[in-house]
Order: sequence, then structure tokens, then C-alpha cells
Amino acid sequence: MSDHDTVSIQEHIRVYLTVFGALAVLTVTTVLASYLDISTSEAIFLALVIASVKGSLVAGYFMHLISEKATITWILMMTALFFFVLMFLPLMSITDQVNI
Amino acid sequence: MEIPYIVDEREDTGLINSKLGIWIFLASEVMLFGGLFSAYVFLRMAAPPGDFAHWGAELNVPLATLNTLVLITSSVTMVMSWASLKLKDFEKYKIYMALTLLCAAIFLVVKYFEYTAKFHHDIFPSSSTFMAIYFTLTGLHGLHIIGGMIVITYLWMPFGNKIWHTNPEHFTNRVEVIGLYWHFVDLVWIFLFPVLYLI
Amino acid sequence: MMVMRWQLAYPETVIPFLGYLFGEAGIMLPEQYNSLGAMHGTIMIFLGVVPLAVGAFGNYVVPLQIGAPDMAFPKLNAASYWSYFVGGVIMVASFFMPEGAARSGWTSYPPLSIFESGQTMWLIGMVFLITSSLLGSMNFITTIIQLRAPGLTWMRLPIFVWAQFVSSFLLVLAFPPLEAAAILQLMDRIASTSFFMPSGLVYAGAPVDVSGYGSPLLWQHLFWFLAHPEVYVLILPAMGIVGEILANNTRKPIWGYKSIVFALVILGFLSFIVWAHHMFLTGMGQVMSSFFQTTTMIISIPSVIILTAYFMSLWGGSIRFNTPMLFALAFLPMFGIGGLTGLPLGLAAADIYLHDTYYVIGHFHYVVAPGTLFALFAGIYYWFPKITGRKMNEALGKLHFWPSLIFMNGVFMPMFIQGLAGVSRRLYDGGEMYAHASDVLQWNEFMSISAFCLGAAQIPFIINFFMSIFVGEKADRNPWKSTTVEWAAPSPPIGHGNFDTKIIVHREAYEYGVPDAKNDFTPQTEET
Repeated sequence: MSDHDTVSIQEHIRVYLTVFGALAVLTVTTVLASYLDISTSEAIFLALVIASVKGSLVAGYFMHLISEKATITWILMMTALFFFVLMFLPLMSITDQVNI
Repeated sequence: MEIPYIVDEREDTGLINSKLGIWIFLASEVMLFGGLFSAYVFLRMAAPPGDFAHWGAELNVPLATLNTLVLITSSVTMVMSWASLKLKDFEKYKIYMALTLLCAAIFLVVKYFEYTAKFHHDIFPSSSTFMAIYFTLTGLHGLHIIGGMIVITYLWMPFGNKIWHTNPEHFTNRVEVIGLYWHFVDLVWIFLFPVLYLI
Repeated sequence: MMVMRWQLAYPETVIPFLGYLFGEAGIMLPEQYNSLGAMHGTIMIFLGVVPLAVGAFGNYVVPLQIGAPDMAFPKLNAASYWSYFVGGVIMVASFFMPEGAARSGWTSYPPLSIFESGQTMWLIGMVFLITSSLLGSMNFITTIIQLRAPGLTWMRLPIFVWAQFVSSFLLVLAFPPLEAAAILQLMDRIASTSFFMPSGLVYAGAPVDVSGYGSPLLWQHLFWFLAHPEVYVLILPAMGIVGEILANNTRKPIWGYKSIVFALVILGFLSFIVWAHHMFLTGMGQVMSSFFQTTTMIISIPSVIILTAYFMSLWGGSIRFNTPMLFALAFLPMFGIGGLTGLPLGLAAADIYLHDTYYVIGHFHYVVAPGTLFALFAGIYYWFPKITGRKMNEALGKLHFWPSLIFMNGVFMPMFIQGLAGVSRRLYDGGEMYAHASDVLQWNEFMSISAFCLGAAQIPFIINFFMSIFVGEKADRNPWKSTTVEWAAPSPPIGHGNFDTKIIVHREAYEYGVPDAKNDFTPQTEET
């Protein structure tokens, strides 16, 4: 990002402030949503969706992942893959158990 | 021979060393918190239904919402300080960095009040599995905040930022790297907040 | 280790020489044996092989092989070393604490590890060692991606660099979950939480006062999520070293370079989804068991590809039988035995019988002792001239190799016999109190004597190592007439920047015996 001129940095700053607004709104939304009268699984789903959107905004714009080089994208995709392995394979051992 | 690609990007990867390094570090952090989140889901499924939600109701949602907003603000000031350096505005950089530091401190103070309130009500990590994972996750996250604050302070102090005057690009890269770390800590909190407080 | 073998061969007798360190009148107590067992595993893996294979060899050889002046982050490298140092000191110091060292095995299964003393030091030590490995691997990955010399494309990299690259990724992505698990176990011990403590637990006749609903199984998942890839961290650098030495001493290009590289990468990926084959006996259902035994069978394929490619490399080569080559050659069948004996353990049905017997110990030790350890010896003999500027003595080297090979098998081969007879591991008396073990107990003495002889066989190596630093035969830049980039540097390499010339790579890694070439080897740095 070394050859960015002043104009494009100021463009960036506008994006940062927009993202900031979106994050604040989403934070309030997720808190309000938690008071909705819906089932637990729906509430979990909703909260995780909002968190994922917020997370993507931070990673994409603050961390510039949206315009990042291929090497880094590859490393992160691999990490995400193993993250899901770590999350879900152990869970199978709860549902899939020999009962004596 | 000097180590190449500290300031200039390598042609085929388009990266400098430190940026690649911090991303690999963050990948390992993803797996660290991933292990803990995995433990959370595992234990939640193993616990009797409603146990986690019951204990989760003990937590203070308004304070945590405030903390979420504080941390998001600190992320914005962090990225603004980097943008200021890009615009060669060193004074603004110092102001934004100070604001980031201030936000981090507010976050920790709020966290301190949350913790002591729990202790006053005789709620400890040993009270339940939910409380155990709550204190572990937020405690580890707090340690990450403290670690970040140390580096931010270093880059704010005159002996940390004197490299700005000799090699501004190198210094800007350093700020970008700590920024990436800081946004990641923010990102972890974005997931911790609903998982611990709301569901 | 020697003390453990004495104990197994002659239980309830006074330990010679070191008896004053143990129990009453020099007789080892069961809990002391447990400590030695747990710490043997921990020290050998986390303080021995990983730092040697990845830390030492990786740090020295990788920058040289890719034509880099140094690692990408020298200060991070130092931090990694000192973190390792502190972790090591904590581990060793735990022997001298009033609580004693950890005694719940290197796997530290809860709830046992929560009750047993000494575990806290182990956990703190582990956090430091994990941090050290993480910092080191980040450095390796960045170095290999960023600091390759001009012209050194991915498919021109030496196999050793590839092996280090893959194992660094394994460390970066698999170690953090263990760090998380160590933190949780530390909380269980210090803050009396119940992450790993199930409800209704009774210990020493009294119900345990914890909130409950924890799961010991969770620890096993998090632990083996690291510990299985960790096994590949132990073996991949060894495979890399052997590849280098085979190509160099057969004087022909390594057979199937691309298949080896892809096999290494696939091995790395698959190693993340096989871990629960360590847990067949935890009561998991058929879906889980079948999944993990299938992946375990699949992962043997890339290992076999690599081993086959190495054997094929020998075909038609003009082999030089020098000491590094002997060790590298011995690696092939030894690792073969270790790998093949693992297959029955990966099948859920066979594992029910073999689980936690000496068969497992034999299998694992064949992989890391005559496997990895021999490769490391080969690497030391091979790169010694580069590091010191002098060669090691060949006669002493052979005196080191042959007894080591014989006694190594003497130690570990009988473990299969004992294991198939059903003798459990981790018995402080070697199984004396069990009737079913009585037919195979005589092997204990045989194994112990082999182990003492194996220890004695290392004396020539130690003499050779220190003597050669001062009086060894002087070596020039390229004493083995090798093609890879590290031999273009002076021996020893210059302190800052390694090379005295600008390194540009023009060709693939192993151009030996190319028809119409000037010599029987063409260095990577030579222009066309």
C-alpha cells in the first residue's frame, strides 16, 4: 500500500467511518434481537449471523483483507478449514457414542 | 548482506516480511481461540439443557454492550492513526494512538467492575462450567488487550517512534502490523460478546 | 531412561550409582517411575527432537539452502530460543520441587492429571515450549516464502526445505489448541473449575467438590488435535534430511521429486483429521470410528509414496557408503517397520486388543528412535563440515553406526512381542504382577541390556564430535560434491549474511549424473 496518494487515503477514511457506523448499529441490533421471543436455536443462529457480518466487516475493511495478496488469503483459508475441523469433529463424539 | 523485503515488497508475493509474519501469527491465534470456542460448544452440548443460558443470565449485558462499542471505537482510531501516518500527519497519529490507548483502558476498567461484581455475588470460575469458560475466555482476551496496550504505548513513546524520522515507511509498517493485531483482538470480542452474553 | 530400563529389568532392587536419588534405600517408588515415564516422553519430544530437528537443523540449514542471509526475523528467533530455554528450565526444575515432576504420562489425561501433584509446573513449562515453537514456525514460514534466492522457485526447493515448511504449518495450526487445553487444565488445577471434571466423581473414597458437567474427553480431543500432527512434525524433517543425503550419495537425481513434495503436503493436510484413532477406546460410536480409521489408512499412502520414492532412488545409483549415508539407509527399513506396525493400531478392531500395550510403545519408538534419531545423526554427520569446516572421522562414525543399529533393534523389537502378549505400558514393575505377562517377562532384561549397550555405543559419537571440531580433516566448501545451495557458502558460513557471493539459482535441486554435464554434479547456482 506504499504508493497510495492522499486522495485514496481520504477515500479509505470515509470507508472506515461508514464501517464504524455499521458496526455500532449491528451491535445495538444484536442486543435488541436477544430480547426477541424466539426459540434458543433461532436466537443462536441470529446472533452468530450478526457476529459474522461484523467480523467480516472488521477483517475486510479494517484489516484490508478484501484487497489482500493471494498468499495471505490462502493461509487464512487453510486456517479456516482446520478451524472448522476443530469445531465440529469433536462434537460428533457427543452425538455418536456407544451407550453401555 | 541485509535481510531483504523489510520495507520493500517482494515481487512475486507482493508482501513485506512483517505483514506475512503477523498474519501467520493471527492464524495461530485463530486456532488458539478456536480451541476454546470448540471447548465452549462441546461443554454446552454436554451440559444439561438450559444450564449455560441460566448462568449466562447472570452477566451484565448493558456493560458488555458499552464495552463492545468502546472496543469498536478503538479499532477505528487505530486504523485512523495508520491513515494519518500515510498522510504524513504525525501529530494526528499521536492523538489517534492516545485515543486507542484510552479506549483500551476504559475497556479494562469496565471489565474490572464486571469481574468484582461477580465476586461480590460469590460467583467464581468454579461456580459452574459456564462461569469457568466465561472467565477463561474473557481473561485470555483481556491479556491480549494488555499485550496490545504495551506495544501501542511503545510505538507512541518518543523512543519507540524515533524511527519515523529516519525511515517513515518502516514505522508506518509497524503501526499497520500492530493495527492488524488490534483489529483481530476486536474481532475476537465481536464473537465473544454474543456467545457469552446473549445466547 | 537408563534408570527406567534398570527398574523394568530388575524391579524392587537398588538402582546402581544413582540410588541415592530414589525412595528408600535406593529402591524406586511407583510414583517415581511414573514421573520418569511422563518426563521421558515430554523431554524427548518437546525438549529433544522438536528443537533439534526443527529448531536447530531448520534454523541452520533452511536459510542456507534457500540462499538467504538469515532468518526473516532474527529477534523473533532469539525470543523463540529463550522461551524454549525457560520452558526447559521449568521442566527440569520440576524434578527438584517438593511436589515432584508430573506423573500423569506425557498425555496428561484428566481427571488423573488434575489430582496428581507436579502437573502445574508441567503445564507452565508447556506454555513456554509451545510459545517457542509457534514463534519459530512463523519465522520459518515467512523465511521460506519471502527470502528464497532469485530463481529458486517452489519446485526447485530442496526436499528438506519443503519438509520444514510443512511441519512449520503443522506447528502453527495444531499447537494453539493444546495451548488452549493447557490453559483449561491449569484453570482446573488452580481455580478448581471443572472443564475436564465429570459430575459425580469420587476420588480417594470421597466425592470431589466441583461443579461438574465437564468432560475428560474434551482434553483428549484437544490434546490429540496437536499430538497427532506433532508426530509428523517429528518425522517430516527426518524424511527431508534423508532425502538430501540419499540424492547426494547415490549420485543421481532423487526419484519422483514432485511426488515426494505433493506427498509431504498431503501428509500435512491429512494429519489434522486422523487424531481420534488414539481414542478408539473412549466409547465413540461407529461413525466416528469408521471415519478416523479410514483417514488413518489413507494417510499411510503418502508415507508409502515417500518411502518408495527413496527406495527407487537407490536403484542404479553409484552409492557411496559413508557414515551419513549409512544412517540414512538404516532410516528406510527402520521407519518402514515403525510405519507398518502402526496400521493395526489404526484399525478400531485391532486397536481394542493392542491399545496401551507395549506394542504401541514399540511402534512409536521405531518411528522416532531408529527413524527420526538416525536421520538426525545422518544430518549431523552430513552438515558437520558446513558448520565447523572440518569433517567427522569415518572410522569412528562406522563404529557408532553398526552397534547403534543392532542395539536399537534389541531395545525395541521385543516390545512388539511383549505387546502382542498383552503386557500393558506404564507398569512400574514391567508387568511382574500379571500372570499373562510371565511368558514374555524375560525380554525385559534383554531389552535393558540392549539399552545400556546402546548408550555405550554413543561414546564413539561423542568422542568423534568433539575431537573433529578441533582436529578433523579440513573440508572445503563442498566436501560431498553436492548440488544444493548451502554448499556454495564458505565452510563455516560467514557470520552476517552466510554467503560471500550473490546467489542466483539456475536449476532444479538434484542434478547429479546429468549426461554431457561437466561433472557428475551440477550445483544449483551454476549458470547454464
